[in-house]
Amino acid sequence: MTIKARHKRFILIAIGLALLGLAVMLILNAFKSNMVFFYTPTQVVSGEVPHGTSFRLGGLVVPASLKRQDDGLTVHFSITDTAKTVEVIYKGILPDLFKEGKGVVAQGKVGANGVFEASEVLAKHDENYMPPEAAEALKRAKEAPADVQLK
Amino acid sequence: MIPEIGHFALILALIVALIQGVFPIIGAARGNAVWMGLAQPAARAQFLLVAVAFICLAYAFATMDYSVTYVASNSNSKLPLQYRIAAVWGGHEGSLLLWAVILSVWTVAVSFFSKHLPSAMRARILGVMGLISVGFLLFMLSVSNPFERLIPAAMDGRDLNPLLQDPGMVFHPPMLYMGYVGFSVAFAFAIAALLGGELDSAWARWSRPWTTLAWVFLTIGIMAGSNWAYYELGWGGWWFWDAVENASFMPWLVGTALMHSLAVTEKRGSFKAWTVLLAICAFSLSLLGTFLVRSGVLTSVHAFATDPRRGLFILAFLVLVIGGSLLLFAWRAPTVGRGGKFGVVSRESFLLANNVLLAVAAISVLFGTLYPLFLDALGLGKISVGPPYFDTVFAPLMAPALFLMGVGPIARWKQATLPELAMRLRWAFGISVATAVILPLLLGHWTPMIGLGLFLAFWIFATTANLVYQRLRGADQPLIARIKSNSYSWWGMVIAHLGIAVFTLGVTVVKGFESEIAVRMAPGDVAHLAGFNFTFEGVTEIEGPNYSASRGHIRITKNGIERTLINPEKRVYHVQNMPMTEAGISPSVIHDLYASLGEPLDGGAWSVRIYHKPMVEWVWFGCLMMAFGGLLAISDRRYRLKGRTKPLPENATEIST
Repeated sequence: MTIKARHKRFILIAIGLALLGLAVMLILNAFKSNMVFFYTPTQVVSGEVPHGTSFRLGGLVVPASLKRQDDGLTVHFSITDTAKTVEVIYKGILPDLFKEGKGVVAQGKVGANGVFEASEVLAKHDENYMPPEAAEALKRAKEAPADVQLK
Repeated sequence: MIPEIGHFALILALIVALIQGVFPIIGAARGNAVWMGLAQPAARAQFLLVAVAFICLAYAFATMDYSVTYVASNSNSKLPLQYRIAAVWGGHEGSLLLWAVILSVWTVAVSFFSKHLPSAMRARILGVMGLISVGFLLFMLSVSNPFERLIPAAMDGRDLNPLLQDPGMVFHPPMLYMGYVGFSVAFAFAIAALLGGELDSAWARWSRPWTTLAWVFLTIGIMAGSNWAYYELGWGGWWFWDAVENASFMPWLVGTALMHSLAVTEKRGSFKAWTVLLAICAFSLSLLGTFLVRSGVLTSVHAFATDPRRGLFILAFLVLVIGGSLLLFAWRAPTVGRGGKFGVVSRESFLLANNVLLAVAAISVLFGTLYPLFLDALGLGKISVGPPYFDTVFAPLMAPALFLMGVGPIARWKQATLPELAMRLRWAFGISVATAVILPLLLGHWTPMIGLGLFLAFWIFATTANLVYQRLRGADQPLIARIKSNSYSWWGMVIAHLGIAVFTLGVTVVKGFESEIAVRMAPGDVAHLAGFNFTFEGVTEIEGPNYSASRGHIRITKNGIERTLINPEKRVYHVQNMPMTEAGISPSVIHDLYASLGEPLDGGAWSVRIYHKPMVEWVWFGCLMMAFGGLLAISDRRYRLKGRTKPLPENATEIST
């Protein structure tokens, strides 16, 4: 192999590595800024959620908590993990399987008045199925409260 | 009785698969022709046995045999026949059986179309496929038996998940699996090459059509799934970066890289080790996809009942296949030799860059899909990364890949020069930049993403046009002869690349110009969107075979002229008492007008979602063009079988593709 060819190969590898590094940085950066954490109603009530961040809230829809505003699209309901309850406001159409007393996961932020402003509401996919986040919230609430605080 | 026959056929299939997996490979190592010769009859016998098992299960579904647990949990007497058949792969056990059937179809196809391969090579390929089959059959027979009896038998079945009761269910899973499992052929070729230490351009030529065919199926499968989600979920989306979608997209990305890398290995003898690695990765990701979707680890419709034994088995199987093949790769790859040298600016390096970008894209998807699962499994908290992550990562990774797509086919092999390329492509560049600036301004809305997307789409159009023009130029022959003088595989590439351009254009326009509203509509109310008037004329109640539905009537007019009437439905499936949205769509080349019913409100009013989706059909049409290009490439003359022709020596062909 001539020196020239070796140089070429070296340049090729160097460019490749630089681009790869750039790509990795891009991926990690995008990941960090788009990561959404999950919290339970108990954690929200105890103020564990950093202010102004978007997160996922899971639990059961409190029976008879669903209220519809006059525009027909803005809804209020509450999510509970059986220990604590968080009020939710959502403007939009609820998914097919949204039902009072059933599991639900909502994504959004806590507003100024302490109400969770959901930008997205996800419900379970069939009758027997509970979203893992909702199941987790109930499980954690059943465990000792001290345990919940540790997390 | 029939289910027992099916069960027994599976057991026999496992024994045959063991024979197919063990003896030919040992025979190939020792030069024992008799042992090698076992591969073909075993592959065919295995196909028959697995097919019998599959037919038995389908028969149990068709005749509503609710003494079989799997049938009872996934079917119902009210379910129409076509969905009772599709329900065979509607659950965990049956979809694994479908996997095994499709694997045996590919295996038997290889056994028929491999007469021109050296016998040791053929024995190894069929042997590797036999071993994969052993894994799946063993899994089914030990922890996931579709023929398990239910005693006492159920009076009626629990029904197929209503989401799956759709024509999409009939086509999407088999197509997708044909793609997933098809990569097992490329994988088997790669392992056979590592075992035998023969990795030359003839090897690449043999594995190319198989890889391309698997890729074609995967492309169609993903397209069908995307289209299905679009009209079935009622959210107007066609890609959600859902973990299940990602599971199918990762093998596609790596498979695309593999196709291009195989081209280099065939033409130039370069990238050998890389090609083998990609073949291993493509199939490993297919297996991982099956694991993700079928083990219940994901929050999704596709996830079925969780059973830790199953998870453990699949995990062990994955580790064995992926770890084993990577170890073999590390051990044997140095023996496959270096390929031809190439310059920093050459078609090889453009293809290499494209390969690296596709691989990095696949890794970014893998990371976004698996990392939350890892955290969860380790008890470090629950997180999720949604579409924003994937969107942020994908645009910067795919933009250079699409740009290079315009340059690669024009650049010379081995050594190209930048000034020459720039000279040749200056018009294409000018046209695409001009279009990217002017077109959005005419449409009234310009953002950097729209500009970038349009630039890339028109860049591919223009450079491909330039490529075709250069090839067809000259008046020495009639045009038809000049068209025919280029190989099918070259035309296949042209059409597939144009498909990417069509796809990119569709994605850019729909993402940049789509609009939606959610409104409360009482009968007689009119909603306005994108210059159209949507008049809600109320709902009528209708009865389907196994559901009741409220059928909405929405009349669409523009400037007082009636355009169309769409009928979104809200169905309630009786057995599971599950509501389902069925969107009403008026599709066209220019745009889709789309509406779905939300919930009934007071006084006959409904909440209604209305979408205007410009050029969304182009997204799927682009995929169809890619698939068609792939099919065209496979039908190339040089892949056609001419009986028992001898394999060509290395670098004997220098076809200008």
